[in-house]
Amino acid sequence: MLRLENISFEVKDEESKEIIHDISLTVPDDKLVVITGPNGGGKSTLAKLIAGIEKPTSGKIFLDDEDITDLSITERAKRGIGFAFQQPVRFKGIQVFDLIQLAKGEKISIGDACAYLSAVGLCARDYINREVNASLSGGELKRIEIATVLAKASRLSIFDEPEAGIDLWSFQNLIEVFEGMRKNIHGSSIMIISHQERILNIADDIIVLKDGSLAAHGSRDEILPTLMGTSSAVMECKMVNSVLGGGEQ
Amino acid sequence: MIELNEIQKRILREVADLHKVSVGAFNIRSDGQSLGRTSTANIEIVPKDAGSGLDIYIKPGTKNESVHIPVVLTKSGYTEVVYNDFHIGEGADVVIVAGCGIDNCGNLDSRHDGIHRFYVGKGAKVKYVEKHYGSGDGKGKRILNPETEVYMEEDSQAELEMVQIKGVDDTVRTTKAELGANASLVVRERLMTHGEQKAVSKYVIDLNGEGSSADVVSRSVARDDSYQKFDAVINGNTACSGHTECDAIIMDRGRILAVPGLEANSVDAALVHEAAIGKIAGDQIIKLMTLGLTESEAEEQIINGFLK
Ligand SMILES: Nc1ncnc2c1ncn2[C@@H]1O[C@H](COP(=O)(O)OP(=O)(O)OP(=O)(O)O)[C@@H](O)[C@H]1O
Ligand SMILES: [Mg+2]
Repeated sequence: MLRLENISFEVKDEESKEIIHDISLTVPDDKLVVITGPNGGGKSTLAKLIAGIEKPTSGKIFLDDEDITDLSITERAKRGIGFAFQQPVRFKGIQVFDLIQLAKGEKISIGDACAYLSAVGLCARDYINREVNASLSGGELKRIEIATVLAKASRLSIFDEPEAGIDLWSFQNLIEVFEGMRKNIHGSSIMIISHQERILNIADDIIVLKDGSLAAHGSRDEILPTLMGTSSAVMECKMVNSVLGGGEQ
Repeated sequence: MIELNEIQKRILREVADLHKVSVGAFNIRSDGQSLGRTSTANIEIVPKDAGSGLDIYIKPGTKNESVHIPVVLTKSGYTEVVYNDFHIGEGADVVIVAGCGIDNCGNLDSRHDGIHRFYVGKGAKVKYVEKHYGSGDGKGKRILNPETEVYMEEDSQAELEMVQIKGVDDTVRTTKAELGANASLVVRERLMTHGEQKAVSKYVIDLNGEGSSADVVSRSVARDDSYQKFDAVINGNTACSGHTECDAIIMDRGRILAVPGLEANSVDAALVHEAAIGKIAGDQIIKLMTLGLTESEAEEQIINGFLK
């Protein structure tokens, strides 16, 4: 279980700007939670705060009642936070197999690694020895990123826009991967940042972030009807605004 | 059976992947002496006068054979210059593994200057693997100055893989090549320097034959207070293509100088140089930390991969 208590985050460029305002929420065990909301709403920033990549200006973060606010990225990873980046990182020389093995945290067989690749719809044989470098396409890289988080098997797995760059045919496969994870999450939870209705459809809970604030948080059945028919971010933004009585963006 | 002591065995493991004495043609040189030498039906190894090196003759058409010529230095203060000449017959296809390891526990400088000349015959194909390694905790420096010269006839191919990852204090490596028509040269260099080490890597490649091509890629890491210079010259004298690339990571107070040198002496020469020097990207470290690695473990993995 993850709990955020009054989390705020400010960046200081020329002038300081608060990107996340006073967010409190709980992600219970055995749930798949989807975070949605307009571009620039603060979703990725919130995920980075949870993973420890950014430190909140104020507020506290708890994992299973342990205060992890001051823990490093590494310590949080070891306690069970996994994070698939919105923009995955490339590494010259490191092979797909190496990365999956590092994610797993122990020696694995080629077969084990292939299973994770197959789960994200990659023909494992063709990829296992590829370098995680610029030669991979955006969609391939994105799937490998997801595979590393699958391999890590976390208490809380966060996926930042996993659907981005994934083709239409593989998208269904990806949904099945998340549904499969959802079935087997006993004692852990999944957080997916997404704009896709089909991902919202498999959520237990939905969180809407807008302008760095929690605009809505509830069960899928409560929230989804208020967002329906909003495939584009602008539409989505308008819908959120009208439903919640906010001003024009 | 050749008797090897533990230091010799360890160094041979590092530089030649040789656990035992191999079956192909080989010569093992330790502190100026030949510890063992074997020729095969197709590959003849002939010592030059007074232990100054070897002539290695590979018969035309020899296929799938290998030559191993590792060198070991274990005596502090020992200095040598060795000339090895490889005469690779037309149409041969061979792998040559050379390597030098220096173990210097004493306070005098130990030094091996190996001059390797390759005469690659028409249509022949050679893969040359060279590994350098230093160990020992004496104050004496471990110095290696390899010179490689490659003379390539029509349609020949050469691939040079040169690795120096650990323990060599001072190195100036010079590689010269002259390419005939349609000859192709590929060089992959991997270099890591630590402490106060200095490494200079120089290339002068003449693309003389029409349709010849050269591709030189150096990946290197400079740590601590070490210094590296990558100086790659390609002269395109006809319709040809050349590419040099220096891809380097600097850490701590390491310094790297990359000097591009492309000279097109023909309107049909296509030459490209790329150089990128910088520290490890922060997001690479962060990604590995989210998998549970510490910052220094992450750096280690990134460098290992980079130099693989
Ligand atoms: N380090 C930073 N410095 C300044 N501004 C930042 C920084 N990080 C994020 N921001 C800003 O904070 C806002 C939230 O960014 P964030 O990436 O969290 O949005 P998001 O909800 O993930 O958007 P998207 O749907 O486009 O991925 C944006 O306006 C962004 O420009
Ligand atoms: Mg985002």
